[in-house]
Amino acid sequence: MTARSINTAAAGSAARSAAQTAVAAFAAILLGSFLLYGVGFAQPQQIHDAAHDARHSFAFPCH
Amino acid sequence: MDLIRRLFTAALVAGVLSGTAASVVQQATTVPLILEAEKYEVVTPPPATVAAPAPAGAPAASHAEGHQHGPVREVGEGVPVTLDEAMQRIGLTIAANLIAGVAYALLLAAAILLAGRPVDARRGLVWGMGGFVAVSLAPSFGLAPELPGMAGAELELRQLWWLSAAAGAGVGIAALAFARNRLVIAVAVLAAALPHLIGAPHPESAEGAVPPELAARFVTASLGSAALFWAILGSVCGWLMSGVVQPAERQPALRVQPGAR
Repeated sequence: MTARSINTAAAGSAARSAAQTAVAAFAAILLGSFLLYGVGFAQPQQIHDAAHDARHSFAFPCH
Repeated sequence: MDLIRRLFTAALVAGVLSGTAASVVQQATTVPLILEAEKYEVVTPPPATVAAPAPAGAPAASHAEGHQHGPVREVGEGVPVTLDEAMQRIGLTIAANLIAGVAYALLLAAAILLAGRPVDARRGLVWGMGGFVAVSLAPSFGLAPELPGMAGAELELRQLWWLSAAAGAGVGIAALAFARNRLVIAVAVLAAALPHLIGAPHPESAEGAVPPELAARFVTASLGSAALFWAILGSVCGWLMSGVVQPAERQPALRVQPGAR
């Protein structure tokens, strides 16, 4: 496993660093979770009403 | 920054396409059932009428029953009467679907990136089916997709259980697909099973206002449209992520491919 990751890291000269990958993945997870919370879980009345039919259709617990 | 831009572009396109497809299918399948169920929600009397009969529709009264926590929909509020209301409701649902699509696509694209395996549209489809099992099928195994007016346990408990079932299933699927260590796989499978072993929160008496036939049709409609949503989401995400995932890591897989197929 370690040998393989060293190999792949050494392979391409333009290989991106693990840190870049981690930052991009973290940013995507952060924004994705935020949006998902808003559309599926947030309880303020207006958000709930706007997303109501979508929540039921996607089987989020709604009310 | 280039990586983030490409990742977010892939997720945006995949989310918008799958959200649009889900919107079309939902308007034909789940939404009519929701509107139908809301008619029953409107006429539901408070479940326990032991105390002085509360005036129907008083939010405070139904809140006190302990059945409805969180926001209580006003009687008849949700049922669109005019064309304008109906169009607004459809528009908001489409917007919510697009946001849900982009949100799930961001999470899936991040998982594909972290896995570092080569992807294309076909492998993306497999990723999408994993997403379907994790966030649609696994939570539905304990908490059936619910219509308005169905009896349910406390909202926060159900949301927490839904999240743990989805996250557990996601971890379990990822471990089965990628982990080598048997202990890791065993722990991940246990994490997937644990919410189901504990059991989903259900109301003490399962007496909702919605006819069971309507609820049954809704379950299949919800799962079916979610399956289509995830198939499109996964395929498009895999297709667009094919150029984003580290090209250096593709070479070994390409060498293996002729023998494997």
